[in-house]
Amino acid sequence: MLAIEVKNLVKRYGSYEAVKGVSFTVNKGEIFGLIGPNGAGKTTILRMLATLLTITSGSAKIGEYDIQKQPEEVRKRISYLPEDAGAYKNLTGQAYLRFIADFFNPNKSEEMINRGVEIANLGKRIDDRIDTYSKGMTRRLLIARALMIKPEVAILDEPTSGLDVLNAQEIRRIIKNTTKQGTTVLVSSHNMLEVEYLCDRIALISGGLIVEEGEPRKLKEKYNASNIEEVFMKVIK
Amino acid sequence: MSSFSNIFKKELKELFTAATLIPIILMALIFAMIGNTVNVEEEISHPPVIGVINNDDNTTFSYIASSILYRNAKVVFNSTDINDKEEGLKTVKDQDGVALIIIPDGFTSRIINGKHGEITVYWIMKGAGVMDTISSSVVESLIAEINSNISREMIQRNTSINASFALSPTMKNETTYFKDKELPGLSPNMITGILSSQSMLIPIIMMMIIIMAGSLVISSMGMEKENKTLETLLTLPVNRLSIVAGKISAAAIVGLFTAIIYMIGMGYYMQSFNVSDTVNMSNYNFVLSNLDYILIGLSLFLTLTGALSLCMLLGVFAKNYKSAQTLTFPITLLALIPMFITMFKDFDTLPLALKALVFAMPFSHPMMAPRALMFNDYILVISGIIYVALFALVTISIVVWVFKTDILITGITKKPRILHRREEKM
Repeated sequence: MLAIEVKNLVKRYGSYEAVKGVSFTVNKGEIFGLIGPNGAGKTTILRMLATLLTITSGSAKIGEYDIQKQPEEVRKRISYLPEDAGAYKNLTGQAYLRFIADFFNPNKSEEMINRGVEIANLGKRIDDRIDTYSKGMTRRLLIARALMIKPEVAILDEPTSGLDVLNAQEIRRIIKNTTKQGTTVLVSSHNMLEVEYLCDRIALISGGLIVEEGEPRKLKEKYNASNIEEVFMKVIK
Repeated sequence: MSSFSNIFKKELKELFTAATLIPIILMALIFAMIGNTVNVEEEISHPPVIGVINNDDNTTFSYIASSILYRNAKVVFNSTDINDKEEGLKTVKDQDGVALIIIPDGFTSRIINGKHGEITVYWIMKGAGVMDTISSSVVESLIAEINSNISREMIQRNTSINASFALSPTMKNETTYFKDKELPGLSPNMITGILSSQSMLIPIIMMMIIIMAGSLVISSMGMEKENKTLETLLTLPVNRLSIVAGKISAAAIVGLFTAIIYMIGMGYYMQSFNVSDTVNMSNYNFVLSNLDYILIGLSLFLTLTGALSLCMLLGVFAKNYKSAQTLTFPITLLALIPMFITMFKDFDTLPLALKALVFAMPFSHPMMAPRALMFNDYILVISGIIYVALFALVTISIVVWVFKTDILITGITKKPRILHRREEKM
C-alpha cells in the first residue's frame, strides 16, 4: 500500500525550475531517502509534500489525500521536521510537546506527550526552558515532537544535520524504531553514509531531477561501488 | 584597507538600506505636505476677520477700543446699533470671521464711574484643534491691548484712581458659537481646553495600542522566522485563519493591557492640564451618550483589528527579529500622523487634500470619533466605522491569502537567491 505517491512534480520560481518533474512512490512503513547535494531540490520537494509550498504542476498524494486539493487532511496525517527547525524558546520541553499535541487529538494529548517525553529522553531537563538546551537536546525534542503523534508519514529534512556522532546515532535509532509502529518516513540528507544505514530505498537527486532510485544494496551492486557516495558520483558523471 | 574602514564600510552597508531610508523619506514628505497645507505663519500674519458694533454714546474709551480693533483686524461689519447683532453675526460668519465685538452703551461712563466697562464678544469657532484657535487668540490679545491702553489713559488722567481697577478697567462677556451650539461664558480657547482634556486621551491611547500591539505582531512573525518555528506551525492541522486570528487577538490583549497601564500614569499627568474642573461639562452638553461610547468602542475594535492585520502583513516580510523592529516604523508613522493632525486641527477645518488623507488613514477614525460625537456628527463617525470595517476585512483577507501562498516561506523574490547563484555556476 502506498503512503506517498508523487507524479511529475514541478516547482518553478519565476523562470527558474527548482524541481523538474519528479516521480516516486513510498510504501507504508518504509524509510525512503532523498539524497543529493545542497540545492538539488530535496527541501523543495519535502516542503511541497508538507503543504508549505504550492505545486507548479504534477501531483502528490499522502495516503489517499491530494496535497493540493486536501491540504488540511494531509496536515492531519503528516509530521514535518524542517532542517534547522527551532522550538519556542520561552517554553519548557514538556510545554512545547503539549502545545503541539493539542493541535491533534485532544483526547489523546496526554498519551502523545508521554510518548514524546520518552522519545526525547531528556530526563528531568524536559521541564527546563528550551533556551537552556544544547543543539542535540533541541533536535531530540523536535524529533520527539514529530514522532509522538504517530503520523502516517514523517517528513524529516536533514534530521541529523549539525549533530555530533552520538546524538546523530540516537536520532537514527529513533527514526528506525518509529517505522515499527506503522509510520512511513521520508527523509532527506546529503550524508550518503547515513541514508545507507537508515533507508530501505533511496532516490538520488541532482539539479531538480531524480537521477537514480532503488535499494541502497542493489544500487551499490549495480554501480559496483562500495558506498552510496560512490554510486552518486558515478551516476552524476 | 584598514580594519576600521573595513568594519565602517560593512556597517554602513548594513544600516544604510532601502528599508531604513524609504520610511524616513516618506515621513519627511508627509510632514512637508502637512506643513504646506496647514500654515501657522500664514494664519498668524493675516489679521483676524471681525465685526464691530460700537454702541457707546460717549466715545472717550470706546474710541481707544475701536481704533485698536480697526488697526489690527480686518473689520467686515461695522455698526453703532446694538439691534444689528444678528446681521453682524451672519456677516462675520459668511466672511469666515472669528468674532463680533460689541462695545455697549455706557461703556465709557461706567469706567469713568469706577465700574468695569463691559466688552461683549460673540466668538465664531470653526474647529477645536489647537491651531483652529489661532485667530481667536489674536483677538483675545487685541482685547487685552484695549484694556492696557484704557488703563494707561486713566492713569494719565487721574492719579488718585484705585490701582487694581486702573490695571483692569474692562471685562469680557463672551459667548461662543460652535457647530450649531451656543456656549455662553466660554471662549474658543476654553472650549479647546475642555475638548482636549476629553478627547486627547483617546488618540494617545489609540496610538499607543497600535504601536505596542502592532510591534508585538510584527516581532512575533520575526521571531517565528528567526527561531525557525514558522514552518512547523504551518504544517500543523490548524487553518490559516486560526493562526492569523490567534496572533492578532493575543497581541491586541497584550497591547490593550500595556496601554491601560501606561494610560493610568498618563491620566494622572494629564489631570494637571485639565481645565474642565472649573466648567460643568454637562451644562454645555459636552457629554457622550451610551450609544456614543458603543460607536467609539466599535471604531476602536475595528481599527485595532485592521491595524494588527496590517502589522501581520508587514511581519510576513520580516526576516528576523531585527528586521521586524524596522517594519514597525510605517505603523508608528500611520498612528502618529492622524494623532498630531487631530490634535492641531479639527477635521472640519482641514483643507480638502488633508481631509482625504486623514480619512484614508484608518487609525484616524477612533481618534476623531469622541469629538465628532460630542457635536452629533454621526455621519463622520459611522462612515468612518464602515471604512475601517472594510479596511479590516480586506487586510485580513490579504493576510490569510498570503498565508496560503509561498510568500511566507520564500519571501517575495520569485526565485531564491541561493538557487539563482547555484544555477549560474552550473
